[in-house]
Amino acid sequence: MLCEECQMRPATIHITKIVNNEKFQVHLCEVCAKQKHISLPTGFSVLGFDDAGFSVGKLLSSFFEPTEQSLTNAMDNAKCNRCGLSFDNFIQTGRFGCSQCYNTFKDQMNPLLRRIHGKTYHVGKVPRRTGGQLRIQHEINRLKGELQEAINAEEYERAAVIRDKIKQLEQSKNAENKDKDTE
Amino acid sequence: MGIENLMEPSNIKWISSPGPDSDIVISSRVRLARNINDIPFPHLLPEQEAKTIIKNVHETLRADANLGQNIELYNMAELPEEHKILLSEMHLISPDLASSKNGAVIVNQDETISIMINEEDHLRIQVMLPGLQLDEAFKEIDKIDDLLEAKLDFAFDEKIGYLTACPTNVGTGMRASVMMHLPVLTMMDQMGQIFATISQVGLVVRGIYGEGSQAKGNLYQISNQITLGKSEEDIIQNVMGVTRQILMSERKIRENLSGEARVRLEDRILRSYGILTNAKIISSQEALAYISDVKLGVDMGIIKDLEPLVLNSLFITTGPAYIQGISNTEMSPVERDLYRADFIRQKIRK
Repeated sequence: MLCEECQMRPATIHITKIVNNEKFQVHLCEVCAKQKHISLPTGFSVLGFDDAGFSVGKLLSSFFEPTEQSLTNAMDNAKCNRCGLSFDNFIQTGRFGCSQCYNTFKDQMNPLLRRIHGKTYHVGKVPRRTGGQLRIQHEINRLKGELQEAINAEEYERAAVIRDKIKQLEQSKNAENKDKDTE
Repeated sequence: MGIENLMEPSNIKWISSPGPDSDIVISSRVRLARNINDIPFPHLLPEQEAKTIIKNVHETLRADANLGQNIELYNMAELPEEHKILLSEMHLISPDLASSKNGAVIVNQDETISIMINEEDHLRIQVMLPGLQLDEAFKEIDKIDDLLEAKLDFAFDEKIGYLTACPTNVGTGMRASVMMHLPVLTMMDQMGQIFATISQVGLVVRGIYGEGSQAKGNLYQISNQITLGKSEEDIIQNVMGVTRQILMSERKIRENLSGEARVRLEDRILRSYGILTNAKIISSQEALAYISDVKLGVDMGIIKDLEPLVLNSLFITTGPAYIQGISNTEMSPVERDLYRADFIRQKIRK
């Protein structure tokens, strides 16, 4: 992803702000972010984005608000066993070094993902080799979300159909478990 | 398949064939970010391992009965600078890949599939189709993903999905986007409002050539921002739904234009047509604005007897690297502008 300001350098600073329950995101490179003191790119001021007193430091620390400052400090020194990337490196570049980093820095992951995506759980595609169980579980989770939506919308007929589907999937999941036990 | 073949507009499906609503939605694109488990991401990857990935991906695709005979691999390290710029003008690679020395791209014959290797992630798979066909593009990309995952061990976490170099892509690793031509909404100053509204549903709009009111050619890209916590199908439906709404409002305003506003627009369109059919020298930036006007004229029936797809392809074939490429000679910027004006005249004169 390129910086929204200069369209030249990769965006390494990603800001998510929630104002009155509405989420806004900005993607900047470090140079532009510094230049702007994270004042805002065009378009965002229209959204009633409060740009007073924003800075890179504040921005990144705000990413980690729920974690204690001491934890952030401890994480600065933690390094990924596989690629050697430190959490500090990550904050500077916005990129992890390898897939293991997600495990190394897992304590930091939830707040980070929540700020970027608003969610912390994947509900989409599962690679075939990961196995049928997880695929079924994902489908069940997805349907449960849909069921809730249907109930909220008072669409009870649709809800009943979804509920039956969930039951069916749970049965096939249990059946597969039994198969495994007898193997 | 040399670069010359890649440049032949009739080989480029997304600009040479019509698609659903392709008067306004130029193209639909889906891309998936994938990484190989347990080896460093491209920015930390040693050259040798980077080469191994290119080799493995290429071999996997070559072994496929359908795709195998129709693909070509281009290594960034072996391409001259002007060809890299050309590939990025044609949306086959990103500027980031062009500057990566370990990067490569695999392109299929009708240029609907491009697989970037060692960009920000090990793999960036992309499928691009004409018109509003995100669902079709997703079906196609899902098959390619299945094909690759059968041979490659993709980094995947049960909880947070596909793992990517940047956490903004984690989860589905999917970006679904459409390229829209919105001259009338832009003229009516409606884009600011649209930017604000769609950011609330987790989507973003940006100008393809420049931002905001400076969006040259009135071309915009609309895409999902969030990749985690939603299924691929939901994301696709969300982007398609919003695209349809924008499409309808662009159409509606076009139809309802009347009186002086309509006359002024017709005047602008016909003047632009006059310039494109007569100009001696034209820069790529200037050309974009006139091509947009003439395209609008054709789509609204104000200019007749011109094939609409010719205009869609001119957006791509008037870029600096493209003009340089078809002329096949080293040119100064002025010579290029001369050549471009000539090229456009040939394409749109009856």
